[in-house]
Amino acid sequence: MAKLERAKSEHPSHAMGWHVQPLKGRSIQAFFSIEDDGENFTYPDAFDVDFNKRAEFDARALDGPAINRKIRQLMSEGYGWIVVRNPLAKHSLGVGILQKLKLDFDGSLGYFGVGLIDGPNVRIKGRVGWSCAENMMSGVVVIEKNAGSTFGAAIRGGDLVCKGDVGARTGIDQKGGSILIGGRTGAFSGFMMQRGRMVVCGDAGKNLGDSMYDGTIFVGGAIQSLGVDAIEAELTALDVAWLTRKLGMYGLEPKNGIRNMTKIVAGKQLWSYDNLEPAEKKLVL
Amino acid sequence: MCGIAGIIHRGKRVDIGSEMTSMLRALKHRGPDSTGFAVYGEPKSGELVMRFKVAEQEDLKKGFDIHRAIEERRTTVDERIRGLGGEIVEVAQATEYAHRYCIKYDGDMRKFADFIEDIEGVEILSLGTSLELIKDLGDANVVADQYKLRGFSGSHAIGHTRMATESDVDIRSAHPYWAYPFHDISVVHNGQLTNYWNGRRALERRGHRFMSNCDSELIAVYVADKLQDGVALEETLERSIRELDGVFTYLVATSDALGMAKDTMAAKPMVLFESDDIVALASEEVAIRSVLPREIDTYDPYDEEVKVWRS
Repeated sequence: MAKLERAKSEHPSHAMGWHVQPLKGRSIQAFFSIEDDGENFTYPDAFDVDFNKRAEFDARALDGPAINRKIRQLMSEGYGWIVVRNPLAKHSLGVGILQKLKLDFDGSLGYFGVGLIDGPNVRIKGRVGWSCAENMMSGVVVIEKNAGSTFGAAIRGGDLVCKGDVGARTGIDQKGGSILIGGRTGAFSGFMMQRGRMVVCGDAGKNLGDSMYDGTIFVGGAIQSLGVDAIEAELTALDVAWLTRKLGMYGLEPKNGIRNMTKIVAGKQLWSYDNLEPAEKKLVL
Repeated sequence: MCGIAGIIHRGKRVDIGSEMTSMLRALKHRGPDSTGFAVYGEPKSGELVMRFKVAEQEDLKKGFDIHRAIEERRTTVDERIRGLGGEIVEVAQATEYAHRYCIKYDGDMRKFADFIEDIEGVEILSLGTSLELIKDLGDANVVADQYKLRGFSGSHAIGHTRMATESDVDIRSAHPYWAYPFHDISVVHNGQLTNYWNGRRALERRGHRFMSNCDSELIAVYVADKLQDGVALEETLERSIRELDGVFTYLVATSDALGMAKDTMAAKPMVLFESDDIVALASEEVAIRSVLPREIDTYDPYDEEVKVWRS
């Protein structure tokens, strides 16, 4: 993450016609600065934490908000590696973490686990419920067991990994990043996908990639059926190289080997859809 | 939203009342309007357990005459049971309006149920050898305390916490539903059925009765209709995926089995834990954790998935 700066009226993007309306009211449109020296790659209120400073606590007697407050308190004390024991499938744990952090959950999470995160490296030893890592911006989340439905809904970046099976509507509205699944995925996975990559080592349920705008889905096993506008594409050498590197990072293996994976892409151009990420627009500018 | 839960122990009886209370308490946030239990105890030879109500909780707040009417209704129930040749063996009063009878009766169950429910305000909540169906307004703790459910010994149970969306907040619209007039069959449901009225009219033409306008009751009656035709439970659940329209996950319990079915869209949640000794499933894993607080492997059943487990 680069240093965030408020948009100025004289920004070059305006001269190029990208913005014809001045920003008003509560708008906080922000741009990366390419002159940034790399320091302060954090949000303004991020805590300065040390990965070598480790803390752990037992969450058995705490409710969700109390667990999240405890994580925040430990970050404020400089702990960069936090272990949460006995999360017991409680909801909305580890959400809204917008900075570097090594966070381990020694058990399962309920609904909306680690949603709205930007940067942390999270490992979950158990299972996660519906909507894990929703709207994730960056970082890494690895789940050792299974995941519920709407896994990685609307993620924008980072690696979201489930080593087991996941439910229906995986990566619905995915806008970037990589979703990697060691087992199978349920129906309507990749529904309205807009960018990024989804890799399913096992089988995929019905209507895969239904109404997808863009992005790529790789499937290692059988596909029950494709959704509207989703089509099969040729697996390129570049795809194989990327899959080999990415799956190797997390110890995942497709059912029939990487070279036999099926590649699914959008079969129709949506004319109102711009396939540049906001970050890419900035580079173009 | 609603929350549903089920648990079945293989080959043993436990304090199933307390277990289901814990599971439903963990799901309270999914539905605060009413809570219901279908618990399966040890059958008594030659006896039926009948749970019934003679008024709604809401009725007590209105009218000067309701208390006398309630007493008269119960007296009429007693008279009609005896009139049909039945014997009342044991009487227990859970609330002023809800009762538990142990009876001996070996005649036609549909005729029996119809005759009892013909009394104004009376509804049989359950009738069977092992099923006891309890439902009322309030959360799991309130209902469990009111009906003294903790300590109830049994092999399996299903339960429901309701957020009313399709019908009123009252006992008749609360889950579980008994699959009238079949012994020991109950249903809980999370979702919305979009072919409720068509389905209801078709089943009414086949002689079935509906006590509420709640779409979930359709599933109980549908299951009863199929069982009446001799269709096995598992096949009934499989057919329901095609014949019921909408989004749903539901559980069915019989005297010795627990089943689940999930719709074609997989739109409603269900988390499942299965081992050699026990099967527990619920809308959220947190409910399973309330009775199994150790590290366990759970998963989501997929779309159109049907499962049946025996006790």
